[in-house]
Amino acid sequence: HAQGAKTLGLCSQSVYHFAEVLSGVVVVMSKDPVQHQGILLTMEGSVNLQLSAKSVGVFEAFYNSVKPIQIVSNAVEMVKPGKLPSGKTEIPFEFPLITKGNKTLYETYHGVFVNIQYTLRCDMKRSLLAKDLTKTIEFIIHSLPQKTRQTPNPVDFTITPDTLQNVKERASLPRFVIRGHLDSTSCIITQPVTGELLVETSEVPIKSIELQLVRVETCGCAEGYARDATEIQNIQIAEGDVCRGLPIPIYMVFPRLFTCPTLETTNFKIEFEVNVVVVLHDDHLITENFPLKLSRV
Amino acid sequence: YCIFPFSPHAPPHSRERNYNDEIETYRMESVPVEYGEYHPLKAITVTESKTKKMGRKESTSSNSSSCSSNSALDPLSSVLDGTDPLSMFAATAEPVASAMVKESSKKKLESEDHVGSDFEPWSSKRGEILSRYTTTEKLSIIKCSCNLLGKPTTPGSAVSEKVRTRLEELDDLEEGSQKELLNLTQQDYISRIEELNQSLKDAWASDQKVKALKIVIQCSKLLSDTSVIQFYPSKFVLITDILDTFGKLVYERIYSMCTDNRTSLPATFSPESVNDTAKETCLNWFFKIASIRELIPRLYVEAAILKCSKFLSKTGISESLPRLTSMIKGVGDPLVAVYARAYLCRVGMEVAPSIKESLNQNFFDFLLTFKQIHSDTVQNQLAVQMVEIPIYLTLYSPAIDWMLQCIAYRAPEALLTEMMERCKKLGNNALLLNSVMCAFREEFIAARSMDFISMIKECDESGFPKHLLFRSLGLNVALADPPDNDRLQILNEAWKVITKLRNPQDYINCAEVWVEYTCRHFTKREVNTILSDVIKHMTPDRAFENAYPQLQCVITKVISHFHDFSVLFSVEKFLPFLDMFQKESVRVEVCKRIMEAFIKHQQEVTKDPVILNALLHVFSLTKTTGHDGLIALFLLSLPQVSFGRDFEQQLSFYVESRSMFCNLESVLVQLIHSVNHLAMETKSVMKGNHSRKTASFVRACVAFCFITIPSLTSIFTRLNLYLHSGQVALANQCLSQADAFFKAAVSLVPDVPKNINVDGKMKLSEAYLLEFLSNLFSTLLIVPDHPEQGVLFLVRGLLNVIEDYTWEDNSDDKIRIYTSVLHLLAALSQESYLYHVDKVDSNDGLYGGDTKFLTEINKLCDTLIGQILEHLKALGKEKTLKRQSFLALQFFNSILAHGDLRNNKLNQLAVNLWNLAQKHGYADTKTMVKTLEYIKKRSKQPDSSHLSDLAARLPLQSRT
Repeated sequence: HAQGAKTLGLCSQSVYHFAEVLSGVVVVMSKDPVQHQGILLTMEGSVNLQLSAKSVGVFEAFYNSVKPIQIVSNAVEMVKPGKLPSGKTEIPFEFPLITKGNKTLYETYHGVFVNIQYTLRCDMKRSLLAKDLTKTIEFIIHSLPQKTRQTPNPVDFTITPDTLQNVKERASLPRFVIRGHLDSTSCIITQPVTGELLVETSEVPIKSIELQLVRVETCGCAEGYARDATEIQNIQIAEGDVCRGLPIPIYMVFPRLFTCPTLETTNFKIEFEVNVVVVLHDDHLITENFPLKLSRV
Repeated sequence: YCIFPFSPHAPPHSRERNYNDEIETYRMESVPVEYGEYHPLKAITVTESKTKKMGRKESTSSNSSSCSSNSALDPLSSVLDGTDPLSMFAATAEPVASAMVKESSKKKLESEDHVGSDFEPWSSKRGEILSRYTTTEKLSIIKCSCNLLGKPTTPGSAVSEKVRTRLEELDDLEEGSQKELLNLTQQDYISRIEELNQSLKDAWASDQKVKALKIVIQCSKLLSDTSVIQFYPSKFVLITDILDTFGKLVYERIYSMCTDNRTSLPATFSPESVNDTAKETCLNWFFKIASIRELIPRLYVEAAILKCSKFLSKTGISESLPRLTSMIKGVGDPLVAVYARAYLCRVGMEVAPSIKESLNQNFFDFLLTFKQIHSDTVQNQLAVQMVEIPIYLTLYSPAIDWMLQCIAYRAPEALLTEMMERCKKLGNNALLLNSVMCAFREEFIAARSMDFISMIKECDESGFPKHLLFRSLGLNVALADPPDNDRLQILNEAWKVITKLRNPQDYINCAEVWVEYTCRHFTKREVNTILSDVIKHMTPDRAFENAYPQLQCVITKVISHFHDFSVLFSVEKFLPFLDMFQKESVRVEVCKRIMEAFIKHQQEVTKDPVILNALLHVFSLTKTTGHDGLIALFLLSLPQVSFGRDFEQQLSFYVESRSMFCNLESVLVQLIHSVNHLAMETKSVMKGNHSRKTASFVRACVAFCFITIPSLTSIFTRLNLYLHSGQVALANQCLSQADAFFKAAVSLVPDVPKNINVDGKMKLSEAYLLEFLSNLFSTLLIVPDHPEQGVLFLVRGLLNVIEDYTWEDNSDDKIRIYTSVLHLLAALSQESYLYHVDKVDSNDGLYGGDTKFLTEINKLCDTLIGQILEHLKALGKEKTLKRQSFLALQFFNSILAHGDLRNNKLNQLAVNLWNLAQKHGYADTKTMVKTLEYIKKRSKQPDSSHLSDLAARLPLQSRT
């Protein structure tokens, strides 16, 4: 800025948990002394819900976007109106990360229809003639570890033409037997989802085998609810006509920010699924779906 | 005044000299020379260490005992040779022991984390792969047209936005927005990849990490493409270079983040000492890579930065390696998979060589998927690309070889046996067998040679080329020795197959390797068989033309094993083998090698006619060319050719050589010298007293020279050789022959051209002529006059020639020569000459100081002095006074040295010359003073009082 620059710094830790203290410094740098009408610091956390066009229709989606749900909000005036000296001024701050009532600090999540985001905003009010200065940064919240111990929940699967649903002409399907297992559908978010897949037979050569990570977001509102499944990422685990009878590892790391522990509230739900997708050389697409339960330990 | 005070009829007198007295007077005090002292010119003598000698003895004895048919062995020496068990043990045990010590100390030095220098690194394989796997097909490469510069991230945007745009960018790259560049030649392709490599470095340097990652992903994606499959191994080399670069860049970046201003991380650090920012950055890389959609790029890029796991946890690498290994199971194409495995092994050997399990696992997994090679998918692909199975299989070799090399590195014998067993179990295992032979230790393979041969025999004909298998086996047994009892059988079995190979290239590639083995363990008989087989295979259709390097290699191997040339040349097919080298340059090269070997190994003189004839043959192969190198070699080799006392045979060898090389001047010169040497040798053997037989032999030698010299072109070479040969003839009492030589030399002098070519530059010849003539004069002193010719016939002849010779206009050379002749005449007039040739009466003996003879000499002197004075006079006229002064002083000195100054006229001449020298102020005062001092000093000697009178008459002119 022409008059001066202002930065907002958090201490080195960038991930916070409930009941921790968010601390840092506001740094004001200026060549000249700065006249201001007070410096305000606001910490906010909210859930933004959006209805998908598919669920409620184009216009409704546009107009009826659901009001954000506030999780936490806290504002303080750090500095009373006055004048800051020239050079670098550091103003330390601390916010205890506590919610009012029985609200929980949901984990930061960036989705399509649901976004959970925490921000820290600093405003420097100034006289009528000068624009106020604002700086916002996001900080990350991780939910507290689950208290109940997750037991692994392994799933075995076998895919053959007969096990498929949504098939128009079953008779025209090439024959194949694909077996496999997921080590657990209850997943710890910091650990990869693992398992094995084995192509026992396949009449048609295999082109690719992929793991599709899907988020299922549900938004509840007065008119009902909208449930949408969208792809987060697609990870190829096999390329080309793989060796028959050889177990291929299933392995996928959950991407940060785009995944969070499975969340179910009165207003919205965030769930995850993984699809094992086998693409045959004749472009037949075979998908097997596995709902996952993500948790943080 | 007149400077010519005497009449020509009163001849001047030479000073009488007593040479013996003079020698006594002027001889330098002799200093005894101490021998054994260091002398810079003394040849360096190398004394062989004892162990080495033992080793050689042993090997020769084994050689000679096996070829007993040829040379009758001294039973005693063969028993004694190398059978002393103790010394033999000492000889062999020592190097082994020292090697063991070295090895163990080396091991200590190397930490667990580093591969030793005995591991052949990947870098040494690159070049070979690149040159071997090439294509003329058109290639295509993905061209990234997306904004590789990266979207500028808005500074205010939140973390998530940044991450989102980055992920989108990655998607961008992985999905569309690329164009394929088609129809690239291999060279275009390589340079395109090189461009990518450069843009990776540039992107990194300009802090565009995302762009760098994109480039790497894009490159590694190319590895899933197997179109133009013959090029795949080379593509792998090129692209993994880029990956290595990337891995290094990332590692260094994170490493530098751990370094604050003061301290840097030690080479071996623990994750605890890595700060959070560095860890977070590192983690980010791994997260980013984990989200790469496609399997192959994800695999390769993670492997490329595997080393960075060290920043995060101690167990990172040991956990990742098995996971990545297992991940490769998802790669359907067996060729793509095996190269991915090779890359993982490469990374594994670099970052964690101690983790052997993953290496082994990679190989076992490969064996599990081995059947994929014969799957329909692969077969169809090959059909489309029109690649045959044997060619296709060889594409695997670099990858499998590398994997096995990693596994075999310092691996226990048991593991290798297990690997071999596993390979055996698989069906068509030729490919594996070949790789096992390439990668495992030679000793291991050699010890099981018979097993391997039987395995090779069982292999499917249509699969991996069998000749490659035999080649690989040959390479092993060439380096390590198979068990004694198997040796012959191995050769027989192998050769049985090799000789049936139809394609000459396949054949020679294989045969070339086995020659080494044959030379190592067998006699000339077997080698001869092999050579003749090679000739048989390579002659039809001039197949040898395409196999010169291999054939050369065969020769090199043979000569490196047969140091005894009598054995080598008795290998019947050796010389016929040379006939295959029909390309000039190659033939010369081969002959040169043989000669080099001969010179190096033939330490004793030889008279073996087999060797000599063979040598001559080898030379005749190159005689049409004027290769100086070869000539030099021939010259060098001549001293080693000796028939001992059989001089006549030696001479006939020279005669034969001459007929072979009649157009090689330097060889002829060498031959003349050799023959002269032979004559002198004969003389010394006979202690100077020739018998009738030796006398006629010597005359034959002389005749050889006499008829050979005229065929030379260089005039000075001829002159010098005439002189030299004349001296030899004289020394051997061949007087008339000596005369002939000198006459020839004299009559050649008028032909000396004004300018001659010396080392490519044209030079005036006079200086050379002067030098030659001076040499000739020294010899003429002792040449006795021919009874039928006049007195001093040769000297007179020479003077006539000099008189007629067209000298340079402004040179005094003619006068210098006359001065020299005066010296000669002075020496000739002595009662007893300065030197003699043994058993030859010189003119002093012949004439016994006869006055007629002396008068004749004096007459000559008179004429010469007249000529000299004439010239001095001429110089005065021409205003070349400096030369005049110089010459006058020179002449004065000559008179002083040789003339009898008691003779008044001569005395007066000297005075006049002295004055003439000073007359025009060109004389060097210092020289004049010194000369005067010398005269005064000499005057103090007995009978020299006249010199003091002379000195008194010599004024010193001070310069004004």
